[in-house]
Amino acid sequence: MDAPESCWHCGQPAADSLFCAYCNRLQPPAPDYFRFFGLEPRLALDPEDLQRRYYELSRKLHPDRFLAATAAERQYSLEGTAILNDAYRVLRDPVARAEYLLRREGLEEVSPGRRTPPELLREIFELNEALEAFREDPRAGRAQLDRARERLRALRQQADAELARLFRLWDERRERGRLEEVRGVLERRRYVSKLETQLEEALSDVGAHPD
Amino acid sequence: MSAPIQIDFGEAARPPVIGIDLGTTNSLAAFMDLTGPRIIPDPAGERLTPSVVHCSAAGEITVGHAARRLLVEQPERTVYSVKRLMGKGPADVEGELRLFPFRVVPDSPSVIRLELGGRQFTPPEISAFILGRLRRNAEAFFGREVTQAVITVPAYFNDAQRQATKDAGRIAGLEVLRLVNEPTAAALAYGLDKRKEGIVAVYDLGGGTFDISILRLHEGIFEVLATNGDTHLGGDDMDNLLLAIALEDLASEWDRDLSQDRVAVQLLRRAVIAAKERLSFVPVTTIEFDYQGRGYRRELTRPHFEQLIAGIVERTLGPCRNALRDAQLKVEQIDEVVLVGGSTRIPLVRQAVRNLFRAEPHAELNPEEVVALGAAVQAGILAGSLQDKLLLDVTPLSLGIETMGGVVEKLIHRNSTIPASATQVFTTAVEGQRNVLIHVVQGERELARDCRSLARFELKDLDPLPAGMARIEVRFLIDANGILSVSARDLRTGRQQSVKVKPSYGLTDEQVEAMILESYQHAQQDVRERQVREARLEADRILAAVEKARLDEAYLELSDAEREAVEQALNELLMVYHADDHLLIRAHIEKLNRVTARLAERMMNRAVRAALEGTKL
Repeated sequence: MDAPESCWHCGQPAADSLFCAYCNRLQPPAPDYFRFFGLEPRLALDPEDLQRRYYELSRKLHPDRFLAATAAERQYSLEGTAILNDAYRVLRDPVARAEYLLRREGLEEVSPGRRTPPELLREIFELNEALEAFREDPRAGRAQLDRARERLRALRQQADAELARLFRLWDERRERGRLEEVRGVLERRRYVSKLETQLEEALSDVGAHPD
Repeated sequence: MSAPIQIDFGEAARPPVIGIDLGTTNSLAAFMDLTGPRIIPDPAGERLTPSVVHCSAAGEITVGHAARRLLVEQPERTVYSVKRLMGKGPADVEGELRLFPFRVVPDSPSVIRLELGGRQFTPPEISAFILGRLRRNAEAFFGREVTQAVITVPAYFNDAQRQATKDAGRIAGLEVLRLVNEPTAAALAYGLDKRKEGIVAVYDLGGGTFDISILRLHEGIFEVLATNGDTHLGGDDMDNLLLAIALEDLASEWDRDLSQDRVAVQLLRRAVIAAKERLSFVPVTTIEFDYQGRGYRRELTRPHFEQLIAGIVERTLGPCRNALRDAQLKVEQIDEVVLVGGSTRIPLVRQAVRNLFRAEPHAELNPEEVVALGAAVQAGILAGSLQDKLLLDVTPLSLGIETMGGVVEKLIHRNSTIPASATQVFTTAVEGQRNVLIHVVQGERELARDCRSLARFELKDLDPLPAGMARIEVRFLIDANGILSVSARDLRTGRQQSVKVKPSYGLTDEQVEAMILESYQHAQQDVRERQVREARLEADRILAAVEKARLDEAYLELSDAEREAVEQALNELLMVYHADDHLLIRAHIEKLNRVTARLAERMMNRAVRAALEGTKL
């Protein structure tokens, strides 16, 4: 699935594009998400521009358009659209996009759950207390749980704001240190989301079985 | 064969692609006209074909309205609602089969086999009879062969149910160009004529399934944001509730348990369905049932009916909320709501939709026809006649693989736009291990045993290596039909790796091939019928042309003998017209052609002369 140097159909140099510049045949898709969208690898992206590009590429690539084409083109269209859809799913979500770019730059994520971010220890302790109180007596424990929920939401929003700032900084200067900072914030954010999920599950459990 | 006296403008070179709504209760076909999608009626002018199949003692198959009439007389030879059995194993439908009059042969755990009149059929074969009927209706309508179709499926159908539907198409001799989700098809039909933009929710409650889909319409792109549903929720469930009440009444009033009497149950089912349908238009009605000289009447008010079905209607709201959440939308962001499926005629259902979405739902298009119309639109897109429209649909269920301890690792999440793909690298656990088994499941639960098993893939003939050294990259690809395929590559050698697939439910490719072959043999009768039908169409054309020519002045210019020969050939063709022999009909068409050759020549000369005189003026 690596992009070939020359067009499979006419043999002319196909370079880096989806369609051959000479015979306009669809080429085997290149798997890089940014390149697929014709974008520089960036952390901050304009969602409207991305959506416009996505629709435009979908119109060109979708299997609906290649029903009467050769078997090779039909296959490229299917695989290309699958990559396009996967790429759009990842690039439109800032967190998934950052994770993708980190992997692309060779920064593997720290395996999740291996290390608890120390700045969250207090939060975790308080959440567990609130959950325990809530399970014992949902009515009385509700207020405490709601406060924990608010704090977690604030932490997540804070992480998002930090990410946005780091995204801009990296896009300007491309300093590797920034990416490591991004990785740290992502890790914290992932942890916060996990706590939020725990909390929502506890709430829906009680909601589903009111005594 | 030439017909010299008619001027043929030449039909479109491409054969028509039809759109088919293969429904639980009714099925119908449509096609894309120059003006928009249109329903294809059967030769009697009926638009709906009941999804009912009957097999006689002699093995003769009857489909549609005639089969529905036979359902009452011979319920054990008649299948209905077969869509509920598609892609299922016998264990899945055990409870439900008690409500069906037909017998299931205990055979394989992965495929259901129904026994009808001494023959056995799988659900895809039964569905193929329905598709075949729609196909023949379309061929009679167009007067030419139809081989390609778009078929709709509930959005919430899993891989096996989709595969079974595609198999049914193949067995019916149709190339299935695309499976389209029913609510999405409805959105296509609605969004076609008007230049609509915005967020649309499609609420689709049919006979056996419920779907909710949320779409964004933007410059001709129909992007599905989320879909949800229940493949076991629909009007049939309401019928069963009413049926249970009526049977209970009869047990006390007549002191008879009719629940084992198949004929009685079918008649009673019809009676409660009729009452249910009337209640959508009147506030009170009566269930009327006459059997073996006795009569049963029970008044049914709308409030009572609504109380009965409240639970069923309520069950549709959870999936709606889940779809909104997955689309990351609030109710207020929904611009329009579209109703699909016969059950949305029920006032309580409309009320529930109105309350949830806080908007007046659209039902301008007939809810029983809108899905077929949308399928025809997609057929038009695929045939290239609607280049500015594009449908981007999603997979309704997450796809995952079973890992250690039976835990599912999700590879493609639900509501991912399709085609979608994921890759995963596998290795071996034991030194010298030659194959790896991968269990693929579909569903949202944590444990594989709580999800739907799709298939087991076996990576075979690996090079023997120390444990953990092999690196096999497996690529999972869901195509635009929502159907999974798997390929594998050895990362060390770059070689394509063979994958053996064993579907958990449904038919293998070989089984489908065998069925296609068998249907060809049964189809020889059909082929003869088609040849006769085509010959008659040809005869119709020449008869009409000759009728018209007889009014032309050129006819009077012929000699008496020539005129007599034309009259005689005409009468002969009319006499053999109803014979079941296409060769005989064709021979007489040929004869009529011959004796009218001079007439045609004269008419042509006159036409040319008239045209030349015209240009002089």
